[in-house]
Amino acid sequence: MHPVIKLVAQRLALGLLLLLAASVLIFAGTTMLPGDVAQQILGQGATPTALANLRAELGLNDPPVTRYFNWLGGVLQGDLGTALTNGRDIAESIGGRLKNTMFLAFWAAIISIPLAIFLGLLAVRYKDKWPDKLISAVTLTTISIPEFMIGYILVYWLAIKFRWFPSVAIMNDSMSLLEKLNAIAIPVIVLTLVVLAHMMRMTRAAILNVMQSAYIETAELKGLRMLKIIRTHAFPNAVAPIVNVVMLNMAYLVVGVVVVEVVFAYPGMGQYLVDHVSKRDVPVVQACGLIFAAVYIGLNLIADIVSIVSNPRLRHPK
Amino acid sequence: MIRIPPAALIGLFFTSVFFFCAIFAPYIAPYGMAEVVGDVWEPSSSEFLLGTDSIGRDLLSRMIWGGRTTIFIATAATILSFVTGSVLGFFAAVSGGWVDQVLSRFIDLIMSIPSLIFALVVLSVLPTTIMTLIVLMGLLDSTRVFRLARAVAVDITVMDYVEAARLRGEKIGWIIFRETLPNALSPLVAEMGLRFIFMVLFVSTLSFLGLGVQPPQADWGGIVKENKEGINYGIQAALYPAYAIAILCISINLVADWILSRTTSLKGGRG
Amino acid sequence: MTEPLLKVRGLKIGATIYPPGEKSREIEIVHGVDFDLEAGKVLGLIGESGAGKSTIGLAAMAYGRGGVELTGGEVWVNGRDVLKSPLRDKRRLRGAEVTYVSQSAAASFNPAKRIMEQVTEAAISQGKFSKQDAEARAVALFEKLGLPDPETIGTRYPHQVSGGQLQRCMTALALCPEPDLVVFDEPTTALDVTTQIDVLKAIKDAIRDTGVAALYITHDLAVVAQVSDHIMVLQQGSMVEYGTADQIINNPQEEYTQALVSVRSIKHIEKEPTDTPVLKVENVTARYAGTNFDVLKNINVEIHPGQTLAVVGESGSGKSTLARVITGLLPPSEGQITFDDHVLTSGLSTRPKEDLRQLQMIYQMADTAMNPRQTVGTIIGRPLELYFGLKGKEKQKRIQELLDEIELGDGFQDRYPAELSGGQKQRVCIARALAAKPKLIICDEVTSALDPLVADGILKLLLKLQKVEDVAYLFITHDLATVKAIADSIAVMFQGEVVRYGPKSQVLAPPFDDYTDLLLSSVPEMRLGWLEEVIAHRKMESAGN
Repeated sequence: MHPVIKLVAQRLALGLLLLLAASVLIFAGTTMLPGDVAQQILGQGATPTALANLRAELGLNDPPVTRYFNWLGGVLQGDLGTALTNGRDIAESIGGRLKNTMFLAFWAAIISIPLAIFLGLLAVRYKDKWPDKLISAVTLTTISIPEFMIGYILVYWLAIKFRWFPSVAIMNDSMSLLEKLNAIAIPVIVLTLVVLAHMMRMTRAAILNVMQSAYIETAELKGLRMLKIIRTHAFPNAVAPIVNVVMLNMAYLVVGVVVVEVVFAYPGMGQYLVDHVSKRDVPVVQACGLIFAAVYIGLNLIADIVSIVSNPRLRHPK
Repeated sequence: MIRIPPAALIGLFFTSVFFFCAIFAPYIAPYGMAEVVGDVWEPSSSEFLLGTDSIGRDLLSRMIWGGRTTIFIATAATILSFVTGSVLGFFAAVSGGWVDQVLSRFIDLIMSIPSLIFALVVLSVLPTTIMTLIVLMGLLDSTRVFRLARAVAVDITVMDYVEAARLRGEKIGWIIFRETLPNALSPLVAEMGLRFIFMVLFVSTLSFLGLGVQPPQADWGGIVKENKEGINYGIQAALYPAYAIAILCISINLVADWILSRTTSLKGGRG
Repeated sequence: MTEPLLKVRGLKIGATIYPPGEKSREIEIVHGVDFDLEAGKVLGLIGESGAGKSTIGLAAMAYGRGGVELTGGEVWVNGRDVLKSPLRDKRRLRGAEVTYVSQSAAASFNPAKRIMEQVTEAAISQGKFSKQDAEARAVALFEKLGLPDPETIGTRYPHQVSGGQLQRCMTALALCPEPDLVVFDEPTTALDVTTQIDVLKAIKDAIRDTGVAALYITHDLAVVAQVSDHIMVLQQGSMVEYGTADQIINNPQEEYTQALVSVRSIKHIEKEPTDTPVLKVENVTARYAGTNFDVLKNINVEIHPGQTLAVVGESGSGKSTLARVITGLLPPSEGQITFDDHVLTSGLSTRPKEDLRQLQMIYQMADTAMNPRQTVGTIIGRPLELYFGLKGKEKQKRIQELLDEIELGDGFQDRYPAELSGGQKQRVCIARALAAKPKLIICDEVTSALDPLVADGILKLLLKLQKVEDVAYLFITHDLATVKAIADSIAVMFQGEVVRYGPKSQVLAPPFDDYTDLLLSSVPEMRLGWLEEVIAHRKMESAGN
């Protein structure tokens, strides 16, 4: 078998294994630790009989291993269980919210990825000159402020002082795309700023690494134009590290989304998760945690596969 | 005599100021932590330098007390993360073999779930006390320290001078404390700065989400949460913690950068 | 008289350096160099590290590597001052009129593109040949350079061919656009000695057949003597001497050139073996954990007190593994090692301290062999503390004695390794080994990373110390010139086996086995015409078979 296919297959299998292990970890994190779900729901004044009934109903009397497999079996069939707080089907509640979150993340990615690569290139082009220094100073600043604070600073200036955009991101289905985009303008800017800094720093490093290779010098000594060198010699080697950077930062975006949604009261997965953490609604938390972990592992997996597929040593074995 | 570049000097200055305020908060803060002393969201005055907060507490005092909490939690979690991470990392690197494999794979697993998500999952069942926060954040973050410490230690243990020491018949203590540790220290110290920043951001985020430090205890993330409504009326109260965090984090970054540049130059890296 | 192809006048080159914790500053690395190169001729640029030879070579392409800037003077190529021409013209010069062959072809080829595409790229993009003609030319060059499968080798990727082959591909890349001048920058330095000779021959033939002029840059005078018409000797960015290859080799005028020519001419008369060897390696076979391949196969050698056994071989011959087995870092799977009348335990952890003391080691890279956080005093003093329990004044006194012995003198005790030169670092490592008062020191390629003159100094020191301290050396090296200079007996290793072993006079005298013959005849000699003689000799032999 071709070594690339073998490696990719191995990587995929490893990814699945990792996801399985992560599900164990998430389940264990919510069950092995102290804290009685039944008590949480019914409150301190609950009678012992009521507690016992609820425990039985929730399957809390089964050994943890059985409960884990019951849960996992459900998840595999698309059944994420029911929320303790309102008894609704979790999969149903998540559906629409997941779409909203994807919508937000999608637009943040659309803006931040080209921008980060462009700024990364710019920083490399003017390495150690003022554009490079300015870019790294700005990114250092954005890295040093938590997402939610960038959010409020932008709300203060863009929504309250200048009144360009709304301060909360309320969406409904009757809105046109343009109205929706206007509604999520500030959250998208915040998310962009948050991932931009990391992405642009890493892109800069990846491109610099390639540009400092001896084969780029060889190309220069062939008298090629800079643009041609970048297009034909640097680009094929820089694609893998840049895709890697992009994927890692998309994974980072997944986390950023959680906080930003809370700031802007945006009806997505993140807000749903945080809301139910404070309500101690364990099944919801487990389901959301698993979905976030799956997205995160999946993005990392794509990054890995891209670097395997683009490696000439693996593509063309001896 | 070591020449400290101006950027690092500024960083050192602000870092010291913040830590000083955190340590001596009870003597510096003009009012008590939860003392209601004025009206809601009073503007800045000679009495209340930064004005008052959403229920009429002196904001400057809240900021100083909050800084104390945030910095204390971040410091404690950083120490925990460092001790756990570097001990395990060094242990894995020096042992090698299956011990290294098992530890490394386990760390990979924990890192396959984003820290914040992991923290939220665990906090859904644990009581939110300061102790919980420190342990949780410290342990989650120790995975990163583990990776760094292991990588640094692996780099050093393959050096000829470590082999020379082994051939000389040195005991394990000498090899760790005299040959390995002095060379691993600078990158670890620089990383410590970055981990501390991450902890400040982490604890603030948790508190902002209402899952970290619980009121009436003040902390920077909490101050944002308490005063966020004010933003809509153009009141800046929620933004002060942002400025404080930014200044602290940038300062520490500057110091860490300086330490790191000194390390690489010692290795004889090209300019 | 016609204008020379390349005319360099008063060339000054500067660089910006960034010392840690200080402001960056400009330094000059080439201080005004003049020379001419006629069309079709080869000029050798020779010097030690820091001489500025590569920098001057690249200046012929109006190119400064990294932070290097061409700050003054003139470089005329084909009647144009290329330093002053606009970038557009510089690009026409590079890859069309002047091309470049680097030391590491492996790094200089783009890993993501096929060899043919890279070899023909300059010729096509500079408009010198059509794609078809360029490819035909490349195939012809591959053939001329003795590459296997010249028709198809171009379809491979760089990692799919060997190091020596890739270096030849790089030469093809440089010659393909039919340039007037090729800059060869240490093209054979990274290769094993038996590979070097073939590549050298291929380059020399290609230069002759295509009639191209060349700047040949190297630190090895014996190599440059084989290919050059003229030689320029450089030291620290200034010219020391310029002359025909014949004059530089046979009649050097300057003291520095004389030193370079006479390097490796240490005379060492071999000693008679004694009755009892200090170290006896018997039937040793070894492999690394997790592999199923013996790196050492049934090794038998011995070393006599106060004498030197040189273990010589190319990369992958197993010579460094032998050192690891003797030191106990790699327990052998079979065989035993007798040291000073008792059998050494196979693993390091079970050896008594006294054995460890008696058997010391010096490494190739003095940089990594010393802890950068310890002072010279600590480094040398540690064995004194550990083995002899010396403390305070007594220890200081002994450290100073050792420093005197390695000819470093006062004021070195408090310095850190980073503050020493390459030669000084290696001397400190020697002092550290001597401090233990060992019976045997294993020297693993201890001069390979050093410039020839510095290496010579280290060899002389080692010989002197052997006399004074009566210590035996196990000297591991790939460099036969070093072996001749220092050994009493020699073991030649090839693919994990000792193929030839005995006193120096016997090992280096005919009749030879095939491998030793190949190895011995491949070492460049400091005389003109050596390369042709060897090749002619080999042709004759293969014709005779």
